[in-house]
Amino acid sequence: MKALPFIVLLLGSLLTISALLIWVERRLLGQWQERYGPNRVGPGGILQTAADVIKLLTKEDWIPPFADKTVFILAPAVVVSAVLLSFAVVPFGPSLVVADLNIGILFLLAVSSLSAYSIVLAGWASNSKYALIGGLRGAAQMFSYEVYMGLSLMGVVMLAGSFRLRDIVEAQQNLWFCIPQLLGVGIFFIAALAETHRLPFDIPEAEAELVAGYHTEYSGMKFGLFFLGEYLGIVLMSSLIVILFFGGWQGPWLPPLVWFGTKTVVVMMLFLLMRATFPRPRFDQLIAFGWTIMLPATLINLLVTAAVILMNRHDVS
Amino acid sequence: MKLLMPSLKAVWRVFARLFKRPVTIQYPDQPIPVSSRWRGRIILSRDPDGEERCVACYLCSVACPVDCIALQATEDTQGRRYPEWFRINFSRCIFCGYCEEACPTYAIQLIQDFEMSEYRRTSLVYEKDDLLISGTGKYPEYNFYRVAGVAISGKDKGGAQRESPPVDVRSLLP
Repeated sequence: MKALPFIVLLLGSLLTISALLIWVERRLLGQWQERYGPNRVGPGGILQTAADVIKLLTKEDWIPPFADKTVFILAPAVVVSAVLLSFAVVPFGPSLVVADLNIGILFLLAVSSLSAYSIVLAGWASNSKYALIGGLRGAAQMFSYEVYMGLSLMGVVMLAGSFRLRDIVEAQQNLWFCIPQLLGVGIFFIAALAETHRLPFDIPEAEAELVAGYHTEYSGMKFGLFFLGEYLGIVLMSSLIVILFFGGWQGPWLPPLVWFGTKTVVVMMLFLLMRATFPRPRFDQLIAFGWTIMLPATLINLLVTAAVILMNRHDVS
Repeated sequence: MKLLMPSLKAVWRVFARLFKRPVTIQYPDQPIPVSSRWRGRIILSRDPDGEERCVACYLCSVACPVDCIALQATEDTQGRRYPEWFRINFSRCIFCGYCEEACPTYAIQLIQDFEMSEYRRTSLVYEKDDLLISGTGKYPEYNFYRVAGVAISGKDKGGAQRESPPVDVRSLLP
């Protein structure tokens, strides 16, 4: 596939999908809370996000006089570019991938973690107390989930014997990794919630306590970029879960891209369902949860997986 | 672990809501049922003969806790009192209904309409033309001058319903 048109197409569809996701989320949340959600703009409210974008673009682009201007402007760009960059290694189909890196997973973990910088920088540059607390929480939250997030993927890597995402999908020809790695899916899903700062782990944002956390001082499209980054993050994490645990594009009869899309949509709905269900834990509860429950569980999962793989190997014994 | 099963149950119960109808009433498209005693926009009604009920007694204006009713009394050639002008400032009105309670002739009434948003504050000042309706409102039969003792032209003292002509007290003298 020709690289450049594909990249442009990919970026365009990703932005469209995340815009649609915002609408889908609001409608679904409404339904789950026995109300309608946005249903006025366009058929069923589908153009709500477009209206919101127009509003954000035409709003006054205000930079607080006490802010650190350069960093303040750069911070929202970091989150979007980091997430979009991570999509470079995501295989949407057998040949639908921008860069088929042999260390795809490591690249993905590294680049998507960069988005935490955006939160810290935004919190710091805003020079306001709520934003700073939000940024600090973002940093501390990253430390607690990033460890078990990476480790929970190692079981998949061991089973597939490769860091390349395409190899991992092809290794799931006979059995999706969600079955041998049941614990791994759960752990990675929780880590993905924390990575995208979605409820119940939206602790850096925490509108109930911190106004809006790290983006308190942001308005206009700079705020829109944070928003976009969050939803792109959901798309990224959902497609990652599909690739790593649910056989990626593989499935009978339908073309690969359709399978990939369907599975990703289902996982995205799961993200939204989590938001509708759970209340936000306290900050220390999240950290305690990460270090005392998730990390040991991940290590046990890792050890058991390794032991089973070793037992089934014939060349050692 | 103790939390896992309840959490999963909660997820399921939230998901099951997907198949329930929302409780929202889509208000501007879907009318809201209001009670028959709803206190909304204020009107001035007429009696069954088509004459104004209001006798300009100022009781509504006095009863009004926010002083939003103003009027000027006058009298017509028949001897009927009526308001020369009648003004209600709805940007002050709190729809308490005291004016309706105070009114001795059922003239001032609160109806069920509450959709009276305006872009300008001055548009909320309703004059007599805006207030006076052609119907009788909540009391279709009631006609103040038919039941009251006051004399107007065409109905003398004693001419009202359930009323006998006044007794000439002097005729009882020995």
